[in-house]
Amino acid sequence: MAHTASAPLVQLGYEYLPGLLELLRSDAKHDPSAASTLDVHWVLYDRVLNVTPDTADDPERDRLLLSKGHGPASYYAVLAAKGFLSVDALASFGRFDSPLGHHPDGALIAGVEIASGSLGHGLPIAVGRALALRATGRRAPRVICVMGDGELAEGSNHEAIALAGRLGLDRLIAIVVNNFSATYGWPDGIDTRFASEGWTTASARASDHDALERAIEAAEPGRPHAVVALVDA
Amino acid sequence: MSTETMRERFTRVTAQALDSDERLAVVLADIGVDGFERAGAGQRHPMRVINVGIREQLMISVAGGLAQEGMRPVVHSYAPFLVERPFEQIKLDLGHQDVGALLVSTGASYDASLEGRTHQAPGDVALLGTLPGFAVHVPGHPDEVEELLRREFARAGRAYIRLSGEVNATARPVEQVTIVREGRPGDPLVLAVGPALDQVLSATADLSVAVAYLSTVRPFPAAEVRALASGSDVVIVEPYLEGTSTAPLAEALRDEPRRLLALGIPPIELRRYGTPEEHRRAYGLDAAGIRRSLDSFLAAA
Repeated sequence: MAHTASAPLVQLGYEYLPGLLELLRSDAKHDPSAASTLDVHWVLYDRVLNVTPDTADDPERDRLLLSKGHGPASYYAVLAAKGFLSVDALASFGRFDSPLGHHPDGALIAGVEIASGSLGHGLPIAVGRALALRATGRRAPRVICVMGDGELAEGSNHEAIALAGRLGLDRLIAIVVNNFSATYGWPDGIDTRFASEGWTTASARASDHDALERAIEAAEPGRPHAVVALVDA
Repeated sequence: MSTETMRERFTRVTAQALDSDERLAVVLADIGVDGFERAGAGQRHPMRVINVGIREQLMISVAGGLAQEGMRPVVHSYAPFLVERPFEQIKLDLGHQDVGALLVSTGASYDASLEGRTHQAPGDVALLGTLPGFAVHVPGHPDEVEELLRREFARAGRAYIRLSGEVNATARPVEQVTIVREGRPGDPLVLAVGPALDQVLSATADLSVAVAYLSTVRPFPAAEVRALASGSDVVIVEPYLEGTSTAPLAEALRDEPRRLLALGIPPIELRRYGTPEEHRRAYGLDAAGIRRSLDSFLAAA
């Protein structure tokens, strides 16, 4: 049963995010990865995604799949700021009866598309969802997957990158948050892993919200699109 | 005896179902593509017959994504590549996401005797038994395959249908425990699973035992087995990893002490090629081997 807030939900601005994150401080273990995605989630929910708490089940909504489920504090904070979660829920973070754990579970939170935590699952699922949208003739929704540069080491991602490129899944967008955490790095660049399989690519600093929005919206018909979002290591 | 193999029946019935059920989608990883092409399904439904290439993790994850969008994915490959290689995807992208899919394997246990261990997965049923909410069907005849497919197409849950090259002469009812040979009161009950039935019937032809047939082992039909066992010793013959159903069987019969014997494929590396019949004999799952095990078990009573 998905969690729904009992109190009226409010919309809060970017300046409230640090305060919301304070409520989630027990996630200290995952702090760096939490901070790395805060701007990315904000830009997605504030500017890009066609989804609101009222349309979280609408078949025409955009789907946001958070694949790097570790360090979900920034994700939860943005969901609360945008009214998908109550502020009270943030304060329950990690408790036995909380909908919010150290990895998100879509079965517990309305508006969360998948459960994640084990790396390398989000993009392959996103490929399946893009194929389903194609098979059912829905052209409007986008499937956007947020992943990490470290996560990109999982081989399952490369199965997904290759197939999405070959099949031209143009409603699919991968956003790779690059905080340079991949143990052996990506000497040829992260974008080349996608580009060589036929994806369009773009890059932006996550802290430059205008640039990040432009990079995401640079998707073109006929090809999937990858965005490398640079954050501080 | 049907002239179609289980796999041929699966392909034909699934290809037909794609024509009438728009929720249905087939997901393949190169294996099985030819059959669906020959059946014309790929041409008629290019968006719902999806070949991901030799990418088995992706095959399962794609099924999960399709199911999240309301479709009914049917995933097909060789058992080790369908169940063992992408096991975490089955656990998470189907189970933890709480979506359904129908997994249909070919190459049961030692069917791929010439191919070696890489193409054999006798542990498939045991593995899926660790996951919540998976129905596991081990049909013994192509007609049973067709009936199970039609039922599972219409459902939304997670299910596994295990196709085999070994086939019983007669189709039996599915999703129930069926008495095939009545015993006398107190006789041992021999449970034969799927394609093991004909070997069991041959092994027990002159023995005073009851023989019952089942093809659905998860969820284990505890109440039906308990009703049939009624105090007798119980033997189960499974054409896959030995002991796979011992725990749910013992749990079903926990009300009173009794002796149990579980036959199946022992957990060994056989490292032999040859025919499935030779493998069956090597594992003691041919009629003679089952008889030897039964004689020993019954003599010790």
